[in-house]
Amino acid sequence: MSALIENVTCKFCGCLCDDITIEVEGDRILKAKKACPNGRSMFLNYDPTSRKPLVDGQIVEWDEAVQATVDILNEADSPLIYGLSSTCTEAQRKAVELADRLGAIIDSTSSVCHFPTSLAVQTVGEATCTLGEVKDRADLLIFWGCNPLVSHIRHFSRYSANAKGMLTPNGREDRTVVVVDVRPTQTAKAADRFLQIAPGTDYEVLTSLRVLIQGKNIEHDVGGLSSEQLQELAHMMKTCRYGVAFFGMGLTMTPGRNYNVTELFTLGAELNLYNRFSVIPMRGHGNVAGADQVLTWLSGYPTAVSFARGYPQYGPGEFTTVDILSRGEADAALIVASDPIAHLPWMAAKNLEHIPTILMAPTTNCSSKVANVLLPTACYGIDTPGTSYRMDNVPLRLRAVFPNTRPTDEEIFSRIIKAVKQC
Amino acid sequence: MLGITGGAVFDPINGIEGRLMDIWIKNGKIASPEEVEPGEARIIDASGLVVMPGGVDIHSHIAGAKANAGRKLCPEDSRRLLRPRAENTRSGSGYTVPSTHLTGYLYTEMGYTTVMEAASAPLTVRHTHEELEDIPIIDKGAFLTMGNNHFIMKCIRNGEKEKVRDYVAWLLGAAKGFAIKIVNPGGVENWKYGKNVHNLDDEVIGFGVTPRQILTTLARISEELKLPHPPHIHGLRLGQPGNADITVETMKLMNGLDAHFCHIHFMSYSGKRGGFPRSAAAQVAQAVNENPNISIDVGQVIFGPATTMTSDGPSQFSLSQRIGGKWMNDDLESESGGGLVPLVYKRNNPLHCTMWLTGLELFLLTDDPWRVFLTTDHPNAGPFCGYPGVIRLLMDRDFRAQEFEKMPKKAKKNSTLRELDREYTLNEVAIITRAGPARRLGLKNKGHIGIGADADITIYADQDDKEKMFAQPRYVIKDGVVVARDGRIVCERPGRILYVAPPYDSKIEEDIRKHFRKAYTVSFDNYPILADHLPLGEMIACG
Repeated sequence: MSALIENVTCKFCGCLCDDITIEVEGDRILKAKKACPNGRSMFLNYDPTSRKPLVDGQIVEWDEAVQATVDILNEADSPLIYGLSSTCTEAQRKAVELADRLGAIIDSTSSVCHFPTSLAVQTVGEATCTLGEVKDRADLLIFWGCNPLVSHIRHFSRYSANAKGMLTPNGREDRTVVVVDVRPTQTAKAADRFLQIAPGTDYEVLTSLRVLIQGKNIEHDVGGLSSEQLQELAHMMKTCRYGVAFFGMGLTMTPGRNYNVTELFTLGAELNLYNRFSVIPMRGHGNVAGADQVLTWLSGYPTAVSFARGYPQYGPGEFTTVDILSRGEADAALIVASDPIAHLPWMAAKNLEHIPTILMAPTTNCSSKVANVLLPTACYGIDTPGTSYRMDNVPLRLRAVFPNTRPTDEEIFSRIIKAVKQC
Repeated sequence: MLGITGGAVFDPINGIEGRLMDIWIKNGKIASPEEVEPGEARIIDASGLVVMPGGVDIHSHIAGAKANAGRKLCPEDSRRLLRPRAENTRSGSGYTVPSTHLTGYLYTEMGYTTVMEAASAPLTVRHTHEELEDIPIIDKGAFLTMGNNHFIMKCIRNGEKEKVRDYVAWLLGAAKGFAIKIVNPGGVENWKYGKNVHNLDDEVIGFGVTPRQILTTLARISEELKLPHPPHIHGLRLGQPGNADITVETMKLMNGLDAHFCHIHFMSYSGKRGGFPRSAAAQVAQAVNENPNISIDVGQVIFGPATTMTSDGPSQFSLSQRIGGKWMNDDLESESGGGLVPLVYKRNNPLHCTMWLTGLELFLLTDDPWRVFLTTDHPNAGPFCGYPGVIRLLMDRDFRAQEFEKMPKKAKKNSTLRELDREYTLNEVAIITRAGPARRLGLKNKGHIGIGADADITIYADQDDKEKMFAQPRYVIKDGVVVARDGRIVCERPGRILYVAPPYDSKIEEDIRKHFRKAYTVSFDNYPILADHLPLGEMIACG
C-alpha cells in the first residue's frame, strides 16, 4: 500500500518548491511528482533506516555519542560551529544558543557563497522583492553569474522566465531574458540575449551600465562587450516596467566579490528613479537564507560571529571558517548538515583532520571520513518537519513524509546545550 | 504566592490613583487577600514605592522580516549596544534594533511586559513568530498588514463585502495575527508601478478601488468581527508637509467607527509639498479631541540613531532620496511591501527638532489620556529605551522649557510648545503607558491590577527625575514571578504570543484556494501557521 503526501516542500535548493507530491510505500519513497531531477534524486535516494552514531569509528548509543560531543566541546578553548544551511531554523536557533554558551565561533556556509552579498547589503542596502513579484510583474530578467537551469531547475517555470503572472499572462512571451556570464551555459541558451563577458570584469561592466543609465557615454568596449551591447542592455534596464536581476557565485566569488555585488545593488537602486527594479541573490542550499536570518536575529550579524568575548562580535575575514581553519585557530569543530571537506579550500579543510571534529548530518559525506564523532540525525523535510527560508526569505514549514527513526538536530542540540559547561 | 505591601498603587482602570494598598498574587494572577494563606506568600515591601501594572506597548517593530533586515543592514548599530551572556541570560547586541533576547530583556528591565509588533505581512509572519518566540519574558502579538492585499481589493471592487469579512477572519486565524494593520492603503500596491496614492480617492492601479474604500471596509469589518483591537492605521503621505489635512480627513472618514492612528506625529504637518514642514499638532489633536472613536500613539522622536522601517515602500524610497545612505526595499507578492532607511535625529537639525516638538505638542494638546499612547514607533523615531526620557518631558515643564530653548531658531519659531503648561501626572503616565494601550488592545487581563488580571506589575522608586524613575524599576513582575530587579533580569522565562481567530464561513476557503493558485508562489495548504507550531500561542477571544 502506497500513500500520497501532497504539498511537500523540497529543500534541495533555495527555490523551496512546495508543490511536490510524494508517494511513499513503507520506508521507501517511490515517486516525487513535480520535483526536478535534483529534488527527485534527493527524495528517492534518501535512506531513512535507523542508524547509530559513531565515535572514533565505533558504533555507539546516542547517549555515548552526545557525551563524546560534550567532552570535545568542553575541552576546546576555541570551538567552531559551521554549516547550518541544510538544517531547519529550529536547529539553527539551538546551534546559536550552543555557540553563545560555549563562547564559540559560529559561521554558516554563507561564508563561502553569498557572504559578499551580506557585506554589500551592509554597504548600500538592497532593493529586492519576493519571487511572486517576479512571476507577477517582471518584464525584464537578468541572470548574472548564475545558471538556474542546472542549479535551480524549476526557477524558470515556477517563478521567473516561463511563469505566468498578473502582468505577464503569456509567461515567456511577456518577458525579455538576458544572461551575463563568462561562458555559454544552459541558461544562456534559453535567453533572448547572452552577453559573454571576460572573466573578472563584472565590476567594470556593472559600473559602465551605471554610467550609461546616468545618461553619459561610453564609446569603447568593456569586459569584451561592445559599447552597442552595453547601451542596449542599459536601455532595456531603464525602460522596462519591472526589472529583476538574479545573481550567483559568478558575481560573489570572483574577483571583486562584495564590490561586484555592491555595484549591482547600487545599479538596481538607481534604476528605481526610472521604473521599478529589484535584485535577488540566487541562494543555493535550501535553508541558507534561514541561517542568515537566525544568526542575525540572535546575534545581530548574518554569519562569521564569535561569542568568545561573551557578546557577539562580527568578523568577516576573521571569524569566517576558511580563515579560522587556515590559520589553525579552531581547536574543535562541530559541523552541522554540510560537507566542508568537499567544499572548502584544502588549505582550510585539511585542518579538520588535526582537530576533534563532530559531524551532525543525516547522510554520510566526504567530511564523515575525518569526523571523530558522527551524529546521523533525522533529515528535516523528509523524516522530520521544520522551518526553512526560501531564497527570497519567505519562510515555509516543511512536512515530514516518514515518521523519523532517529533524533532530530534540534533534540541533539538541546541535549548538548544542557550538558556543556557554560563558558 | 506573592504579596506587594504598602505601595502607592496607580491602577487607572480600577480608578485607583496612588492609594496605599496591598496586592496579592496567586498562580500568576492578581488574587483577593482571602485567597492567600497568610505566612505562605513571599512579601515585597513596597512602602514608599510606586506600584503600577506592567507597561504595554501598542506599536513597536521588534520582530520579523523588517526588524531583522534592520539588524542585517546595520552592523554598526549592533556594535552600539552589546550585552554579554550571564548565568541566566543570553548575549545580545543592537541599540536601535536589539537582537531578540536583548529586546525582551530591555523591555522587561524598563518595566514593560506586553508589546505589539506593529506590522507583519502574513506571507512572512512565520518569521515574525519565530522571532517572537525568541523574545523572552514579555507577551507579544503581531498586527497583519491588509491595506494592499489583492484578495481584499478584488472583493471590494466586486462589491463582495462579506467575502472580505470572511477572508479577514480566516487570515487572522491562519497567520495567528492580533489585529488589522493598514499601511498607506493602495499606495504600496501603486509603488510596485513606481507610483503612490496622494488622496483618499486616488485609484489603486489594476484594482479600481480607492484608499477610502479600503479604509472604510476594513474598519467596518473590524467592528463586525468584534476584534479586540480596532484597525491600526498608518495613513497616506507619511512624513510629507501638508499631510495633516488628509490625516484629519481620514479620522473623520471613520465616521464613528473605532480606529487607532499610529505614530501620529509623522502624519501631522502643514506646509507645502517639498517645503519645510510645520507642526499641525493643534489641528490633529483637535480632530482627536472631537472624535471619541479615535485613538493615537505619538511615535515621539528620540534624538540619536534610529532605523526607519515601514511597510510603506514609497515613503521609504522618497526618504532615501532625500537623505541618501543605505536603502532597503522589499516588495511582497499579493500583500505588501516595505523599506528601511537608517538615520540619526540631530538636535541641531531644524527638521528633526520640528518633529520632536510636534510629538510633544500632540501629547500635550490631546485632552483624553486614554486615547493617546506613548510610543517612539520603535525604531522609526528612535528606540523604545527613550520612553523614560519622554515621560520626564511630559511631567516636568521646567525641564521641557530648558530642552526647548536648546532647539534651533527655525524649529522654535513656529512652535507653541513653550505656551503649553500642562504637566502629566503619575496617574496620566500610568494611563498612556499601560492602562490606555491595554484597554485599546482589548486585553482584559492586562494594564490593570484588579482581581483576576495577569500579575504583570512594575514597582518604581519615586524620584524627582522621572527619567531615572522609569528607566530602572525596582521590581518587574511577570505572571507573578519577579523577572527583573533594579534594572537587571533575574529570571528568564518565555512570554506568550497573543492572537485572534474569529469565526468565518468556511466556504471562503475555496475562493482563497483559487486565489492562491494564481496569486502566490506558496501553496494554500502550506500558508497557515497551525496552533501546534506555536506552542507559546494564546488565543484572545473576540467580542
